Amino acid sequence: MRNIFLFIRKFSNFLFFLVLQIFSLYFLFTYNKFHEAAFMNVAGEFTGRISQRYNNVQYYFQLKSTNDSLVKQNTHLLNLLRQNYEAADSSTKFFTDTLRVDSLLTIQRFKYYDAKIVGSFVSMQNNYLTIHRGSNQGLPKGKEWGVISPDGIAGRVVTVGDNFSVIMSVLNRQFKVNSMLKKGGETGPVSWDGDNPLYLRLINIPKSAKVAKGDSVITSNVSDIYPPGIMVGTIAEIIDDKSSNFYILKLKTATNFSNLQFVYVLQDLQREERQKLEDPYKKGK
Amino acid sequence: MSTLVKNIIRFALFILLQVFVLHQVQPLHKFITPYLYFLFIIWLPFSMSRGLLMFIAFIFGLTLDYFLKTPGLHAAACVLVAYVRPFLVNMLIRQEGNEQNYASPSIVSMGWAPYFTMVFILTLLHHGYLVFLEWMQFGTFLYFLGKVLATTGISMLLILITEILFFRKEKFRTNTV
Repeated sequence: MRNIFLFIRKFSNFLFFLVLQIFSLYFLFTYNKFHEAAFMNVAGEFTGRISQRYNNVQYYFQLKSTNDSLVKQNTHLLNLLRQNYEAADSSTKFFTDTLRVDSLLTIQRFKYYDAKIVGSFVSMQNNYLTIHRGSNQGLPKGKEWGVISPDGIAGRVVTVGDNFSVIMSVLNRQFKVNSMLKKGGETGPVSWDGDNPLYLRLINIPKSAKVAKGDSVITSNVSDIYPPGIMVGTIAEIIDDKSSNFYILKLKTATNFSNLQFVYVLQDLQREERQKLEDPYKKGK
Repeated sequence: MSTLVKNIIRFALFILLQVFVLHQVQPLHKFITPYLYFLFIIWLPFSMSRGLLMFIAFIFGLTLDYFLKTPGLHAAACVLVAYVRPFLVNMLIRQEGNEQNYASPSIVSMGWAPYFTMVFILTLLHHGYLVFLEWMQFGTFLYFLGKVLATTGISMLLILITEILFFRKEKFRTNTV
């Protein structure tokens, strides 16, 4: 017994070193796996507030580009209005689809929340964004919600705090989204290889597909957090992988992450029903 | 200004500088991330016990981690730096007893060459460990090697500039009076 105490006293510094290392590595690996870390909520409130101060200043420098992208999105939405369509042919008749009146919200799938970005990084391998909206502002806790910007997809929510939330950006090694070519409909996963924050990587597109530079890539019909048809990026480079039957496509991101100021969080109202159906089959795998 | 107040101000300044200046720089290459913040740990006084040094380094690293949403990553590297620093100081100090005569490691108290040897070894250790933890999750060996070397180069440059811009005049204290 005495020897044990002597040992502890002699190597107290080294043991303390080991204890601190174990603490840090435990924090790191649990966060990478489940995106839950000790004190993350409390710390998120604190760092969020400081980031917000910084953003108040920095926001001014990006007002112009933020405004431009919002106007562009507005124009796109205005073009979809029913009043804009008028056929000269009198045999065509427009009428309101009765299904569109959805006062009980039984068929609405996605609910949009706007959110101001207060902290963002593009310079790391795993990038996260902080938004100023949390459970006090109506964002439900505990689930992963899709996040889109006015120009395209932006990421997904990983931690919802009281007033601030953390978003895993598309520019994150752990991020993956199922997407498809707008022209042909071939689907494949999009991820980021950590190389350049302007480019993503789309794989598993068979060589039989017709691809050209500049083609749009959008979220697919089977994506579980995004509605179909949201822009992911445009093809910037086609890499012909000689060893397989698939192309590797380099995509230019639709969203410019370095001056992103506003995003929309998408709450999937039908998620629970879908998960309840799918879960028994996922467990069996 | 007392050492405590000075170090609290430094703590905040280094964190803010790292988060809102150096990490906002547009990435030049995937190998290059400018890191300067761990200079705080190198600048802590000689008189601190190793346990306290490691504890402060842990809190310091964790604070940065919560800003960057990587809980534990920088804390682990900072604790390693704090653990190794006293060994290097003992090995590299110019004159015996200088750690009693001067307050903290600097060019004045240790001399140019020993001080920068210490800083270089600690920088290399810090980045080596940091990138190693990243490498365990993704990346290749070339990524590991390239990133450690490139990041160390950039960090040494930043530290050199900082040391010249904010030259710390250390008072020679003696206990003979």
